[in-house]
Amino acid sequence: MLEILNYDFMQRALIAATLVGITAPAIGTYLVQRRQAIMGDGIGHVAMTGVALGFLMNTSPVWMATVVAILGAVGMEVVRSRGRTSGDVALAMLFYGGMAGGVMIINLSPGNSTASFNTYLFGSITTVSPEDVTAICVLAAFVVAITIGLRRQLFAVCQDEEFARVTGLPVRLLNLLIAVTAAVTVTVAMRIVGLLLVSAMMAIPVAAAQRVTRGFVTTLALAMTIGVTVSLTGTAATYYVDAPSGAAIVLLAVAVFLVLALLAAPLARRRARSAAAAQNAEALGSLECTLPPAREAADNVKV
Amino acid sequence: MKAQEIQESQETEETQETQPSAGTQEPSDREPVISLTGAAASLGSRPVLRGVDLTVRRGEVVALLGANGSGKSTAVRAVVGQVPLSGGSLELFGTDLKRFRQWSRIGYVPQRTTAASGVPATVREVVSSGRLARTKMGLPGRGDKAAVRRALELVGMADRIKDSVNALSGGQQQRVLIARALAAEPELLIMDEPMAGVDLANQEVLAGALREQVAAGVTVLLVLHELGPLEPLIDRAVVLRDGCVTHDGPPPKAVGQHALPGHDHIHPHAADSAEPIRTGLLS
Repeated sequence: MLEILNYDFMQRALIAATLVGITAPAIGTYLVQRRQAIMGDGIGHVAMTGVALGFLMNTSPVWMATVVAILGAVGMEVVRSRGRTSGDVALAMLFYGGMAGGVMIINLSPGNSTASFNTYLFGSITTVSPEDVTAICVLAAFVVAITIGLRRQLFAVCQDEEFARVTGLPVRLLNLLIAVTAAVTVTVAMRIVGLLLVSAMMAIPVAAAQRVTRGFVTTLALAMTIGVTVSLTGTAATYYVDAPSGAAIVLLAVAVFLVLALLAAPLARRRARSAAAAQNAEALGSLECTLPPAREAADNVKV
Repeated sequence: MKAQEIQESQETEETQETQPSAGTQEPSDREPVISLTGAAASLGSRPVLRGVDLTVRRGEVVALLGANGSGKSTAVRAVVGQVPLSGGSLELFGTDLKRFRQWSRIGYVPQRTTAASGVPATVREVVSSGRLARTKMGLPGRGDKAAVRRALELVGMADRIKDSVNALSGGQQQRVLIARALAAEPELLIMDEPMAGVDLANQEVLAGALREQVAAGVTVLLVLHELGPLEPLIDRAVVLRDGCVTHDGPPPKAVGQHALPGHDHIHPHAADSAEPIRTGLLS
């Protein structure tokens, strides 16, 4: 098992996988909180244009994707904050325009870029270069600083935006920060999980964690733990099985969700029972439901 | 940070000193906390407020009443700067809205049916977000944690501090939202239908919490659909109809059958020309 650590490419892949496992569920928790889990998917689509531009212009696809993803995410935030009813149509154009742009540009670029483009869509452990690791480390540090350092403020904004504005928080700035952080996370995750599956790593660990948690910070922490676990396990698994790492990681995350969902049902039932028992014992002194004595009919009402 | 805390504690001392004297003054002599003049606003192309004047002075408890669609919710949202005014002016604590920054002096309870969101959150976490009006981008200290606990004690929810808000009933969630507003220890409490969907037992608890706040000198502006258990607290009622103020004075008394919940809505004695003021209390 440990011999996989002897390979440089595997070391790089595992470092990147750890950072993906930390960052994607961290920002994902806020996106799920404001019921915007699909935003990661949209940014992923837009980032395809960035990756393709990187190939076309012979620059680093990671940094190019970061720039384009940030522009796309800020655009989505502007559409969201306007709150127009036509907002979803605008988002659809942004999503699929970005995807179509990526496919078009990649076919214009020289050489055999289509094959390596595929590794950006579904992730690949063998293609993480040393430069990619540097970029991923820098970007992941930014994501962690924002999602952990500003958790109270971001929680308030995602919980109740109008209330947060009336507390005097810089809500517009914090919203932009969430959008930029989500975009950066997409580019952190794309080498390992892939652009088309990145949204899964933002949403599924959070959905799994909240099966068993009661608080926000515990959900955030457990989601990140699940994220790191499935990300490392999936990456290691694709050392033995020749498959895209993103597919393995996402399937593992789904498995963790199913296990926790099955475990949580009896847990929640027991919690509810003990809570009800405590309340009843306090209020009635017995566990039985008793019907209160019926009230006499009164006819003293005058118009 | 330290200096700010000291300044804030001085502020609260000052307000505590001025409040007893405020109680002896005539209400009309006290300084206005909210003054909305000739406010006009529209949602989309529909005008919702058409020249609303609303002044709330320190220590007053003012209820904003009106039927659905009369603009009462828009009026309070305009007061907290969440609906842009297309005409008129708004001053909070004597400062024009554009230059107003002391949001920790205001506790806001928006109209909500639930305190929950897409991710579980504990009662403590939700109420702590109200404290951000004072801590802003900084870290909370011991005083902030104590304030959160005090706010929960005021609404009788301190024993549920570690529970998930999803596990609470609608009335209990509303109490949590009010505790969130109280956590900043505001001088002015603005509430949008705090009693909507709250059962009578929870309404009584909320009325008690509000009574304590009023006794401590807090100014209150609240949107209500019916006066209910809050009636004895209310100094003045402002009734809106189609975006205009139609009544500003003592709260209208519900009489006879109208005093009962679930009464019907027939006015056989009213002449056709003398249509009764629709307060929305009865519908």
